[in-house]
Amino acid sequence: MTTLHSLPGPYRFPELDLNMIDLTDKQGAMSLGTGLMVEDLSHSYGARKALSNVSFSVERGCFCALLGPNGAGKSTLFSLLTGLFTSKSGDIHVAGFDLAKKPRSALAALGVVFQQPTLDMHLSVHQNMRYYAALQGLSGKHATRRIGEALEQLEMADRAGEKVRALNGGHRRRMEIARAMLHEPAILLLDEPTVGLDTSTRQAITAHVHKLARSEGLTVLWATHLVDEVEDEDQLVILHKGTIRADGTAATLRGARNLGEAFLALTAAGNETE
Amino acid sequence: MLVCTLAIMNREASRFVGQRGRFLSSLVRPMVWLLVFAAGFRSALGLSIQEPYQTYITYEIYIVPGLIGMVQLFNGMQSSLSLVYDREMGSMRLLLTSPMPRWWLLLSKLLAGTAISILQVYVFLALAAPFGITFPVLGYLAILPVLILSGLMLGALGLLLSSTIDQLENFAGVMNFVIFPMFFLSSALYPLWKMAESSALLRNISAMNPFTHAVEAIRFALHLQVNWSAIGWTLAAFLLFFAASMFGYDPAKGLVARKAR
Repeated sequence: MTTLHSLPGPYRFPELDLNMIDLTDKQGAMSLGTGLMVEDLSHSYGARKALSNVSFSVERGCFCALLGPNGAGKSTLFSLLTGLFTSKSGDIHVAGFDLAKKPRSALAALGVVFQQPTLDMHLSVHQNMRYYAALQGLSGKHATRRIGEALEQLEMADRAGEKVRALNGGHRRRMEIARAMLHEPAILLLDEPTVGLDTSTRQAITAHVHKLARSEGLTVLWATHLVDEVEDEDQLVILHKGTIRADGTAATLRGARNLGEAFLALTAAGNETE
Repeated sequence: MLVCTLAIMNREASRFVGQRGRFLSSLVRPMVWLLVFAAGFRSALGLSIQEPYQTYITYEIYIVPGLIGMVQLFNGMQSSLSLVYDREMGSMRLLLTSPMPRWWLLLSKLLAGTAISILQVYVFLALAAPFGITFPVLGYLAILPVLILSGLMLGALGLLLSSTIDQLENFAGVMNFVIFPMFFLSSALYPLWKMAESSALLRNISAMNPFTHAVEAIRFALHLQVNWSAIGWTLAAFLLFFAASMFGYDPAKGLVARKAR
């Protein structure tokens, strides 16, 4: 796999900035921190309840895996987190900003990789990057520099002029991740980012994002239904039928079992009580 | 913020360039109306002198503003189709998660669509010129601000529709229910007084149609006159459609909340 993680200098600046405005240390446990916090969030589609009283928080620099079977409410949660729609009950704080009250500041701190590919196939790699940068308000030299760095890391600088259509699925996904990082967000949300990729690409991408969290102080929320994408030291939140079934370190939650068994047990236990 | 608008326009433009068929059909459609339909109607329909015309005019001259409106109407619907497509493909999400204000993002989309429609209009007028269908030179310039307004109005209508339609498949039906009544129940093909001769009701419906006012605003501008009431109506319709579509795209209240899954 390519060396996605060999990050050049400029990538480290946001980390320094974040340290300077880190609220956790100064205001203690009550502060919102610069991570992600979801409090008592519920959402229904008409009569059908998709999420009920979901609360969890992700510390800055943490890799949090949101594990849940299909239909658990992961995509609903992502839509709420990205402000695509809002819910009447519950709060979401992104990097210390209340999504309901300061949506623009909160969104600016978010990088999002959606489950569905959101690249324009008929545009080139560079054009796609440029479009996204502009949507984030980056322009001119700054945008050019950031795009250059991102392409460099992807080792795709020589393919910048190619149409996205010509890239394979793995390259497209990695490009989307790099694109989501263009505006140097504090938090990266990924909604089942490895769907449709082969095993080795899947592993490489999973490893890459883990590394980003570790080395860049990036807060990551990674939704998946695949247990092998979760590492032992990750924070693990298990979502099932719209409620949180478990929240803790992956290693602690699974205990002596392997994660697959633990996951089945935790989600099965939920079924019985209903 | 401007960067963002330019980027959206750029994206729409490159998409448009990629769709040669769309460009071609957007030009063939009004040309067919102009050269085939209008030629047949020329003898059947007598037009008396009416504002803004100072003399008797041929039917081809009469129908051009209506066809300009049609170009913009189709383009507005086409952009709205691309919005629904964007939503199905997910790139709408990309747009809506930008930290820019949502109204600005959607207005940028409208501006992009309007710019493309204006390009189509001028190419259409250029194609009509060799057939002797020409207007005062300054008229070509004078319609520009009106075209921006009418393009925005029809684009906003498309935006409103796109916020209420959840599936691409439903779109064709809605297009037929919007485009055809809007086009036929307007002053695009016949003046309103002519319509009143056959049915006062039809005339009254047509007089309410914002498309009528867009066409009239273009007609007057093309002949270097200003029809303030038509411009006012078009502007009001634009504001109404845009406000309603903002409601549709509002994450808390809108229909998107119920549809997006």
